[in-house]
Amino acid sequence: MYSQGLIGVDSSTTESEEFLSLFQARVDREEKIEPNDPMPEGYRRTLVRQIGQHAHSEIVGMLPEGNWITRAPTLRRKIALLAKVQDEGGHGLYLYSAAETLGVSREQMTEELLSGKAKYSSIFNYPTLTWADIGAIGWLVDGAAIMNQIPLCRCSYGPYARAMIRVCKEESFHQRQGYEIMMALARGSDEQKEMAQDALNRWWWPSLMMFGPHDGESAHGEQSMAWKIKRFSNDELRQKFITATVPQAEFIGLTVPDPDLKFNAETGLYEHGEIDWVEFKAVVSGNGRMNRDRIRDRKQAHDDGAWVREAALAHAAKRAASRTVPQEAAE
Amino acid sequence: MSSTNPTTPLWEVFIRPRNGLHHRHVGSLHAADSALALQAARDVYTRRGEGNSIWVVRSSDIAASDPSFAEPMFEPADDKIYRHPTFYEIPDEVGHM
Amino acid sequence: MGAVAATFEMAGFRALLELADDALILGHRLSEWCGHAPTLEEDLALANMGLDLLGQARALYAHAGEIEGKGRGEDDLAFLRRERDYVNCLLVERPNGDFAATMARQLYFAAFMHPFWRAIAASSNDATLAGIAAKAEKEMAYHLRHCGEWVIRLGDGTAESARRMQAAVDELHRYTGELFEASPVREKAVADGLLPDPGTVRAEWERTIAMVFSQAGLTAPEVRVPQSGGREGLHGEDMGHLLAEMQFMQRAYPGLTW
Repeated sequence: MYSQGLIGVDSSTTESEEFLSLFQARVDREEKIEPNDPMPEGYRRTLVRQIGQHAHSEIVGMLPEGNWITRAPTLRRKIALLAKVQDEGGHGLYLYSAAETLGVSREQMTEELLSGKAKYSSIFNYPTLTWADIGAIGWLVDGAAIMNQIPLCRCSYGPYARAMIRVCKEESFHQRQGYEIMMALARGSDEQKEMAQDALNRWWWPSLMMFGPHDGESAHGEQSMAWKIKRFSNDELRQKFITATVPQAEFIGLTVPDPDLKFNAETGLYEHGEIDWVEFKAVVSGNGRMNRDRIRDRKQAHDDGAWVREAALAHAAKRAASRTVPQEAAE
Repeated sequence: MSSTNPTTPLWEVFIRPRNGLHHRHVGSLHAADSALALQAARDVYTRRGEGNSIWVVRSSDIAASDPSFAEPMFEPADDKIYRHPTFYEIPDEVGHM
Repeated sequence: MGAVAATFEMAGFRALLELADDALILGHRLSEWCGHAPTLEEDLALANMGLDLLGQARALYAHAGEIEGKGRGEDDLAFLRRERDYVNCLLVERPNGDFAATMARQLYFAAFMHPFWRAIAASSNDATLAGIAAKAEKEMAYHLRHCGEWVIRLGDGTAESARRMQAAVDELHRYTGELFEASPVREKAVADGLLPDPGTVRAEWERTIAMVFSQAGLTAPEVRVPQSGGREGLHGEDMGHLLAEMQFMQRAYPGLTW
C-alpha cells in the first residue's frame, strides 16, 4: 500500500572508490546484501529512509480505510475490509522489522513519524468521504502500490526483499477487494454509479502522484537504481499502472478523469495529461486535508498505549526477578 | 515515546509450516516476554495458515558469525570436492550408486 | 397470547439471534480498535479476534434466517432491525474504554463462551449450530488465553495499569450475570435441545476468572445490583450510536446491493 517517490533522501557516500566498486560488483552480480555485510553509508541511509517511509505509509494508511470499517454496508464487506486494514498493519510491522536489521529501532522510527520528521505516502492525507472511496483505494492505491512492490521483491537488500515477498503475497487480495466494490457500485443504482465516478475522480490523480516526480526531477533516483534498491523509474511504473488501469475503468463503465489521456498505438501505452505537482508538494509538505489529523491519531494511539507497554515490561521484569516459571493463563 | 524509556525487546520468529519440515525464520516482532511474543507471532505471522508450530527467540540471544570473517569461515569448504559423490569414478555399468 | 405463542415458536430463531448479536456487537467493538491499538502487534491481535466474532455472526445469522424461513439473510438481520430488536447482552455493547476495559470485557465474554460453545457442540440437536460451535470453541479458547495473559500483566504491571485494570473489572463485573440468564425463549430452546442451559457453565467461568484474578492481583467486586435487559432489547444509550454507525449505509441507501 505504498509506492515509490522516495522523499528527500541523501544517498551521498564517502567510502573509497575501491570499496564502492567492490560493493557495486556484488550488487551487479545480483548478490543479496544482508544485514551485517559491509555496505556504503549512503546505501544504508537510503534503505533506512525508504523502508521507513514505506512502513509509515502502511501504518498511516490504516486510518483512511479504517474510517469505514464500522460503516461497511454488509458483513462480507466489513470482514474483508477489517482483514485488509489489518494486513496493512502487518505490512508496516514486517517493514519496521526489515529496517531494524539496519540498526534503527521501531521506537526511533515511530518518534520520527510522530514528530513529523519522517514522511509517508502523500495519498493517505486525502479523506475517505464515501464508501466508494474504499473501493477506489483498493483498486487504485493498492494497484499503484503493487506495481512498485513487485519489483521490490528483487531489491538488493535481503531483508527488504523478503518482507516484500510476504507483503505481495498477502496483498494479492487487496486490489481485487477494491475493484469488486467498484464493480458492484458501477452496476448499481444511479446514485451508486455517481458515488463510484466521484471516488475515481478524486483518487485518480493522487494515485498517479504516488509514483513520485518525473524521472528528470527525481533526486538520487539513478543511484537507487544502480544499487538495485529500486528497479524501475517513477515514470515507467506510472505508465505501467495507467496502461493496466484504464481498461479496468472502461470495463465497468467509469471514466478516467483526464481529458488529455490518449492511447499511443505505437508504444502500446497510454499517455496522461499534466499532473498537478503544486498540489503534490503541498500535500507532501503537510498541507493536505488530513495531514494533521493523521499524525494526531497516530500520536494519540501511541500515547494512549504507553501505559500498556510499560505495564507489560514491568510485569516481565517482576517475573524475571522472581525467576518463577511463567504459568499460562486459563489453562 | 521518549527514547529514554525502556524498550520492548525484539524477538525473531520461526515457523514450521507443517510436520516433517524445519522451523524457518519468518521475521521479527516486539514483545515484553515469551508468552506475549508467541501470541504476537501467531497473530502476525500465521494469519493465513502458515504453520503449526512457532519458536520465538530473543534477537539479542542470537550469536551470529561475523560477515567480515566469512571467507576464512566458509571458503575452506569450497574445494573439498572429495566430499561429493561426483569426485568418485564408477563405471556406468555398475548402475546407480 | 398469540404473541407469546409466536415467540415460543420462534424460540430457536431467537436463541440463535442472541448468539449472533453477541458476536456481531462485540466484533464491531473490537473492529473500532483497528489502527489505534497500544502496539502494532496488538492491533493485529484485536483484529483477529474481531474477525473471529464477525465470522461467527455471519454463520449464525445465516442459520437463523433459514430457521425463520422468511427469506431474511445475514445482512437483513445484522443491519435492518431496530434497536429494541437486538438481543445481545449488555456486556458486549459496552464501549471500548481503555485497553484494560477492552481486555476485561473480552476475558469475561470468552471465559463464558468458550465452555458454552463446547457444551453446544456436544449437546445441540441442530447439526449446523453444533458445527458453528465446534469452530467457535477453538476461537474463544484463544481469546481467553490472549486476554487472560493481558489481564494478568496489566493487573500485576505498574501502579497505573493495576489501577486501570481494577477499575475496568469494577465497572464491568455487574454485566456478567446476564451471560448466565435463561430468558423464557432461551428456556424453550433449551427444552427443545437446541442449546444447553447457560447456567451450567457458570462454575467453570467462575473458576477461570478466579484463577486469572489471583495471578493478576485483582479483586472481583461484589455486585449488589446486576445489570441486564439486553436479551429483551433494553440496551444502554451507547447501543443506539453503535447501530446508527453500523447501519448507516443500509439506512441511507435502502435496498441496494454492495
